[in-house]
Amino acid sequence: MAWIDKLVGRSPVGPMQEHMTAAVRCAQEILPLVEAMAVGDAEEISRTRAKIDEFEHEADEIKHAIRSHMPRRVMMAMERRDLLDVLDFQDSIADVAQDIAELVDQRGMKLPPELVDPFRALAKRSVEACVQANLIINELDELVETGFGDREVAQVEEMISELGRIETETDELLDVGCRCVFQLEDRLGVATVYWHQLLLWVADLADNAERVGNRFRLLVAR
Amino acid sequence: MTSLSTIPIEIWLAGGIALYMAWSIGANDVANAMGTSVGSGALTIWGAICVAAIFEFSGAFLAGGHVTDTVRKGMLDTALMTNDQLIWGMLASLMSAGTLLLVATKYGLPISTTHSIIGAIVGFGAVSIGPEAVKWAKVGEIVISWITSPLLSGTLAFVIFQITRSLILNREDPLARVRKIGPFFFFYVFFIIGLVTLFKGLKNLNLDLTISESLVASLVLGLVGALLGAILLRRAHAGKKDPGQRFSQTERVFVILQILTACAVAFAHGSNDVANAVGPLAAIVGAVNEGTDMAGKSAVQPWMLAIGGIGIGVGLATWGYRVMETVGKKITELTPSRGFAAELAAATTIVLASRMGIPVSTTHTLVGAVLGVGLARGIGAVDLRVVGQIVTSWVATLPVAAGLSIIFYYFFKGLLG
Repeated sequence: MAWIDKLVGRSPVGPMQEHMTAAVRCAQEILPLVEAMAVGDAEEISRTRAKIDEFEHEADEIKHAIRSHMPRRVMMAMERRDLLDVLDFQDSIADVAQDIAELVDQRGMKLPPELVDPFRALAKRSVEACVQANLIINELDELVETGFGDREVAQVEEMISELGRIETETDELLDVGCRCVFQLEDRLGVATVYWHQLLLWVADLADNAERVGNRFRLLVAR
Repeated sequence: MTSLSTIPIEIWLAGGIALYMAWSIGANDVANAMGTSVGSGALTIWGAICVAAIFEFSGAFLAGGHVTDTVRKGMLDTALMTNDQLIWGMLASLMSAGTLLLVATKYGLPISTTHSIIGAIVGFGAVSIGPEAVKWAKVGEIVISWITSPLLSGTLAFVIFQITRSLILNREDPLARVRKIGPFFFFYVFFIIGLVTLFKGLKNLNLDLTISESLVASLVLGLVGALLGAILLRRAHAGKKDPGQRFSQTERVFVILQILTACAVAFAHGSNDVANAVGPLAAIVGAVNEGTDMAGKSAVQPWMLAIGGIGIGVGLATWGYRVMETVGKKITELTPSRGFAAELAAATTIVLASRMGIPVSTTHTLVGAVLGVGLARGIGAVDLRVVGQIVTSWVATLPVAAGLSIIFYYFFKGLLG
């Protein structure tokens, strides 16, 4: 009967949750990054970047471990394809956060006073979207535990809808931010392009969080 | 009382190998089923060994006769062979299965003792006398049961898991539900054990009950079990509430139910697997005694089942604790609620097969049950490659066991003939 233990393989649920937590930590570091940009603290910026790099690296390792432990001939409580898709979107949260930190660090970007509030507002809401996505991924073990029971599924669906609402708000905040940037276009010159890019990336965090949620909906609804 | 020196060498040999097999069956198989209960702290290792040994012995002694009968005389037309041929053949079968068991233990191969014994008996029968000596219809029935028993236990496990899901896990307060629903499962297990042993089964104890008497007795046993379950479940500590792990308390109470089902597996295992050890022994004793004044008593006798049961118990005590220690320390992905569903399904299937005198593989039946829970989306990951390995060894065991037993047959023929 020792074979029963071999038969029940390592569940990907725990590692998926660890990966998401690491990815969302990357995103959360965007908040101190924006504050450092607001005061132009180059040291704090590179410290924050180092932290993001570290979390991103951690997420990468977990991602590789998950992928190599997921041979085709494993019967899982969820579709293999859906799970890998969710994993990809989780991972892009970490990647985007890393892109943001790299650009800010490399170019030594200090926020013009007019842009501080729009940046802060967008970053805060985007990170909240990521945190909401993390809460959803944290329900995966409960979903498996109840065998994807109706009660638990309904609760998760509601959480995903809430995530959608947060993402819609970030779209509006992105619009406000972009308009601010383009108003300053004459004064900022070529930097306009970079500020615009940064805003898009910060909003991308929320987009990817929403993609995690939407894919997760498919995974749950099989 | 015959003195020891008058017991023929064949019986000494057969008894020795049968004991070794019983010991090894106890050492490996059951310890695993109990391991999780030990790991969760619900039972101490020695507590688990005692409980498992009691249920194994009861299964072997009270309900092991039917399968033993099948192994002893069900598959061969013994009228076609001489007593000597039967003795050499059964010795060869024991040797062949014992060798495969050694190989399985050494190299960690999923070889089923049941399959080895059946393959070995068919092998020597077909070669020593000829294919006409084999009761192919009965053998076919057994081989088909090796496919149907995992299917049945898989289906049962699927259903049982759906029941726990809709009655317990998918409810407002699963912790309260498990305490409330749990006693019904206790009733079910004890009722089935009662039916299987009492319904025309207790010849060993010279207890002959009518159908209605055994039904009533089983009902009473079931109710006693339910009461015991209610007390145990009420007293089970659920531990602290953890908002991140909302089901941890429920799972902790499920451990009680898993101890119950591990007992059921132990009972079922004893009732089915004891035959692998004592079936051939019974055939040999019967053949040796034929023509003597013991001729009329060639059937499976209680003392043989008792020896098998004791062998399994000793295996548990001498080696099982190590297995339990390792299994208990490992973090198993099979949580108590899943282990419960799978074990309850497997135990039910095996006990039914035992009652019908069909030798099935405990491991294969459990594998079917785990797959059933997996199909119900209840397990994070089931490694189907392991299923492939088990099926491969399933198919390979039969010819290998048959070949080995043919070789041993001619060996014993040369040695004793």
